[in-house]
Amino acid sequence: MSKPRIIASAALTALLGGVIAAFAVIWRPAIEAIEPAAPQSFEPALVKRGRDLAAIGNCSDCHTARDGKSFAGGVPVPTPFGTIYSPNITPDPNTGIGRWSEAAFRRAMRSGVDRAGQHLYPTFPYDHFTNVTDEDDRALYAFLMTRPAFRAPARANDLAFPLNQRFVVAGWKLLYLKGGTYKPDDTQSAEWNRGAYLVEGLAHCGACHTPRNTLGAEKPSASFSGGDVDNWHAYAINAQSPSPLPWTTDALFHYLRQGWDGDHGVARGPMAEVTANLSMVPEKDVRAIALYMASVFGPPTQDRLANANATRADIKSPSAQPARADTLGGSIYQAACATCHESDRPLPYSGINLRLSTALSAPDPRNAANIILSGIRPVTGERSPIMPGFANSMSDDQISALLSYLRGRFSNQPAWAGVEQTVRDARKSETVFLQTQPERNGAPASSMQRDKP
Amino acid sequence: MTTLKVNGQDHQIESDPDTPLLYVLRDELKLNAAKFGCGLGQCGACTVIVDGRAVLSCVTPLLLLKGKEVTTLEGLGSLEKPAPIQRAFMEEQAAQCGYCIAGMMMRAQALLQRNPKPTDAQIRAELEPNLCRCGTHMRILRAVHRAARLMDTAELTPSEQGGVR
Repeated sequence: MSKPRIIASAALTALLGGVIAAFAVIWRPAIEAIEPAAPQSFEPALVKRGRDLAAIGNCSDCHTARDGKSFAGGVPVPTPFGTIYSPNITPDPNTGIGRWSEAAFRRAMRSGVDRAGQHLYPTFPYDHFTNVTDEDDRALYAFLMTRPAFRAPARANDLAFPLNQRFVVAGWKLLYLKGGTYKPDDTQSAEWNRGAYLVEGLAHCGACHTPRNTLGAEKPSASFSGGDVDNWHAYAINAQSPSPLPWTTDALFHYLRQGWDGDHGVARGPMAEVTANLSMVPEKDVRAIALYMASVFGPPTQDRLANANATRADIKSPSAQPARADTLGGSIYQAACATCHESDRPLPYSGINLRLSTALSAPDPRNAANIILSGIRPVTGERSPIMPGFANSMSDDQISALLSYLRGRFSNQPAWAGVEQTVRDARKSETVFLQTQPERNGAPASSMQRDKP
Repeated sequence: MTTLKVNGQDHQIESDPDTPLLYVLRDELKLNAAKFGCGLGQCGACTVIVDGRAVLSCVTPLLLLKGKEVTTLEGLGSLEKPAPIQRAFMEEQAAQCGYCIAGMMMRAQALLQRNPKPTDAQIRAELEPNLCRCGTHMRILRAVHRAARLMDTAELTPSEQGGVR
């Protein structure tokens, strides 16, 4: 063989090898369609467990559109790469997952591939769901397959080339999808491990609370350091937490279960849906999540404890901090906010003392701007926290002045930059948010009835 | 002294700038349609229109209203010449005790100015912040639909439609 021919055949082999390798990475077989299983074929106890797991997984939040049918999808999920619409996961045979076998469902959960063999975008958090056990996948499958089927064809995603090509996702997975289910830590208690299993897996807390890199993958080095979701900031829930008082296991449990905590305030924005869901699941799972998360926050440092004590003292004797009502922001606070936020009524039916507000100590004013604009809407038919929105009565300049004042008066952090721009953006996204988010489908747990199925 | 435009007329207001609009309307301008319900922006009885949008006047201090235009129920129509929204509420007998009705009408008016043919679901969503203890919700819904039809008919001149700019 002559030299050029050797080179040519080597190149050909390499090319062929590359094609085969790429094929192996990208290609996934279809899993055979099944006749939709009869709902009665699933054990009621399994379905019930699936319901609890689906609530912990917050499935309804992404898969139920405002005024839409439960789990019928169509929720626009804004990402830096474009808008992705959630699919229909009801058992409708043609537009839902009615023809998916349990194996197909498990493959989707574990490796983000649909029944037909197409790669799913990682907006579906299979990088977390890979941790879910076969047993729990079976329960989730049983739950979804016994929901009412709704016909709702998938909406086309709004992604630019090349991201609209699903094979690109295969490359993403090669980089960021670590397979394997959750490995218990033997040095920790069973309860801690249960919490870790749920948090790292089905509950996918990091999907919102961990920052993402330029390719949209969670940064493992910055686990729980705070992320972005739907124009809200998901706070850091580790040692970098901006919360004025440190989180404890009890506070976390109360907050996650009831939707509010006296030291930290009321869950709102996308977190309200999470706590509404957690009000309906077995209490011990929420306790386990709280216990694990408390260990992620870690014990507070001496500095943090000292700050917390100073904050508590300041709340007891507010005269130490004179109100500066001579500015526009101060005047607005005194006239519009103080009535509720300085009342002595207890949470959750009054405003939190703003010294305790995480929003005002947060790295940017997004959440505070959102809440001033749209307030907190009460849950239909339930007793629940409420705050009027001020979008119609305050201009952007007035809200900016108010935010700057609140930051200066109630947090120990440096002034925010770019408040005006944040308020303008928040006003734009507020309208969209109110139109697309589902109504909270449950209330934070009250002392009565919530544990019963 | 603050200048405040209410129902198309400028008023010189003596109340402090941090006074809630509701108190200014009721106590200083003697416009009593907007009601004090909870004082916390939770019931909607105090709803008025500011620059075309429904606003809770009990949590809106005067100092926020510089250069803005306030419309109260008195600015829509009168007993002799009711606006379509008022006619509709009377014709449907939507009031029982009536305390919430002025706020209901103002929020409905703001909706109809923005969306002349709202669906049932849109009306329900819009009026959600306004509470009614008597339970005349179904009549209120009908009244808003009726008002939409009244505003749509040619027999009313624009000024009679309670035209708020």
